[in-house]
Amino acid sequence: MKPAPFRYADPLTLDEALAVLSDEGEGAKVLAGGQSLLPLLSMRLAAPATLVDINRVPGLDTVKATGDGVTVGALVRHARLLGGHPDAMAAARVQPLLARATANVAHPAIRNRGTTVGSIAHADPSGEMTSVLALTDGSVTVATPNGVETVGWRDLFVGPLETSVHGPAIVTSAFFPALAAHSGTAFAEVARRKGDYAVCGGGVVVTLDADRRVAAVRAAYVSVGLTPEVHDLTDAVIGQPADSADWAAAGAFARTLVDPDTDLHASADYRRLLVGVLTERMLAEAAAEASARVTGE
Amino acid sequence: MSTDTERTVTLTVNGVPREATVPVRRLLSDALRHDLGLTGTHVGCEHGVCGACTVLVDGAPVRSCLMLAVQVDGHEVTTVEGLAHADHQGGQVLHPVQEAFRECHALQCGFCTPGFLMTIAAGLEGRDNSAELTEEEVDDMVGGNLCRCTGYANIKKAVHHAAATMRDSE
Ligand SMILES: Cc1cc2nc3c(=O)[nH]c(=O)nc-3n(C[C@H](O)[C@H](O)[C@H](O)COP(=O)(O)OP(=O)(O)OC[C@H]3O[C@@H](n4cnc5c(N)ncnc54)[C@H](O)[C@@H]3O)c2cc1C
Ligand code: FES
Ligand code: FES
Repeated sequence: MKPAPFRYADPLTLDEALAVLSDEGEGAKVLAGGQSLLPLLSMRLAAPATLVDINRVPGLDTVKATGDGVTVGALVRHARLLGGHPDAMAAARVQPLLARATANVAHPAIRNRGTTVGSIAHADPSGEMTSVLALTDGSVTVATPNGVETVGWRDLFVGPLETSVHGPAIVTSAFFPALAAHSGTAFAEVARRKGDYAVCGGGVVVTLDADRRVAAVRAAYVSVGLTPEVHDLTDAVIGQPADSADWAAAGAFARTLVDPDTDLHASADYRRLLVGVLTERMLAEAAAEASARVTGE
Repeated sequence: MSTDTERTVTLTVNGVPREATVPVRRLLSDALRHDLGLTGTHVGCEHGVCGACTVLVDGAPVRSCLMLAVQVDGHEVTTVEGLAHADHQGGQVLHPVQEAFRECHALQCGFCTPGFLMTIAAGLEGRDNSAELTEEEVDDMVGGNLCRCTGYANIKKAVHHAAATMRDSE
């Protein structure tokens, strides 16, 4: 099908974009990469009165990596965080989860348009980047006609496809804090084809002490639960040596913490099984990376 | 700033300047086919899943069903019609990927073919073809395109074939 008729504006500044959003009121929607919004329009699952296209607003397409973390602007396409791009390499040194998760987001042609910030604003429970924002304890910056505010991930995600960003507001960037010292990460998922939405996926962060014993383990999952959640798995393996920790026990523990749904693609039980298997695999990988980082010091 | 319901869009398609006046809700795929008469770009699912509508915008592959025509104002679009090049005798020389599809029997009904051709052409042109092309890389390149006929084996064969041709001519 085709989108229902709407009005369209493509403002050239952020202020102008916020002004149109205010003027148009309730029925206005921000258009970023369009890779989630346009399918919704064409399937007539959404019929906003006005689209405010932010693609011509300057200054939103930067990736900034500092010692504190990585700030990703609202017009940074998924593809920018991958592969040989200098931005991607700088970001990966500070927070490797970004590129690792992005590699699982959709297919190349979709990654050329879709944005990291758009997928966070969209808050799809099967999107990868919402979980990465949670797992890294990140936040977003939101511009409104009244000013700019920072919203932490816990206050951002309200429900499936629902955030606390309402009214005339534009998410201008997302901030992913840096990976802590002595830590390693991994990201993995099971999907029907590479690039499809995950049947089940997730990311982990393992932190070791100076003797390479497990100090902290956190995990967040994709397509499991309605909003991103961070699970603390530390108790299952605390104090165990990184190279021989009982990761299967941590995987089994993770299975007891999650509450997935049954849908067309998988039953809740199958998803819970995948949580265990993927967690065990990812933790071994992340621990090896953390161990190498302890050595590297 | 005001909002519009109709706009005139000026763009370059396959190197030729074009103009069309369209309702703002017109998808790029429909603008190419209906307003500009370029029916080589196929439309399957119209929600980003099948890849049949893939075209290049400023050289990068995108789903033309997931862009509005108004968004390409001032940009450059390449469709499957722009893949072959004119030779000196008034004929056309196929792009190495088109040649490889013919050679490897990588199409049957041909519905998915324009999308595959654009995706693969951009994928191979964007990489260093002296480096070995892995199966994983090929899967990543074409994994977003659906074909209901071929079973994909010959399409993947064609990707390797085209990569070899492009490497030899580099
Ligand atoms: C075939 C297909 C497969 C896909 N597979 C995956 C996948 O595996 N994993 C995955 O995570 N995603 C997947 N996607 C979705 C893709 O990642 C989208 O790019 C992303 O979800 C939304 O980003 P966008 O920039 O395209 O946003 P848009 O589609 O433009 O917008 C989505 C929603 O967010 C709002 N929004 C966007 N940006 C802002 C902003 N800056 N401020 C305020 N509101 C904003 C819009 O108003 C809209 O409601 C897939 C898409 C397709 C078509
Ligand atoms: S028609 Fe555009 S992806 Fe199927
Ligand atoms: S050749 Fe028929 S769909 Fe691919």
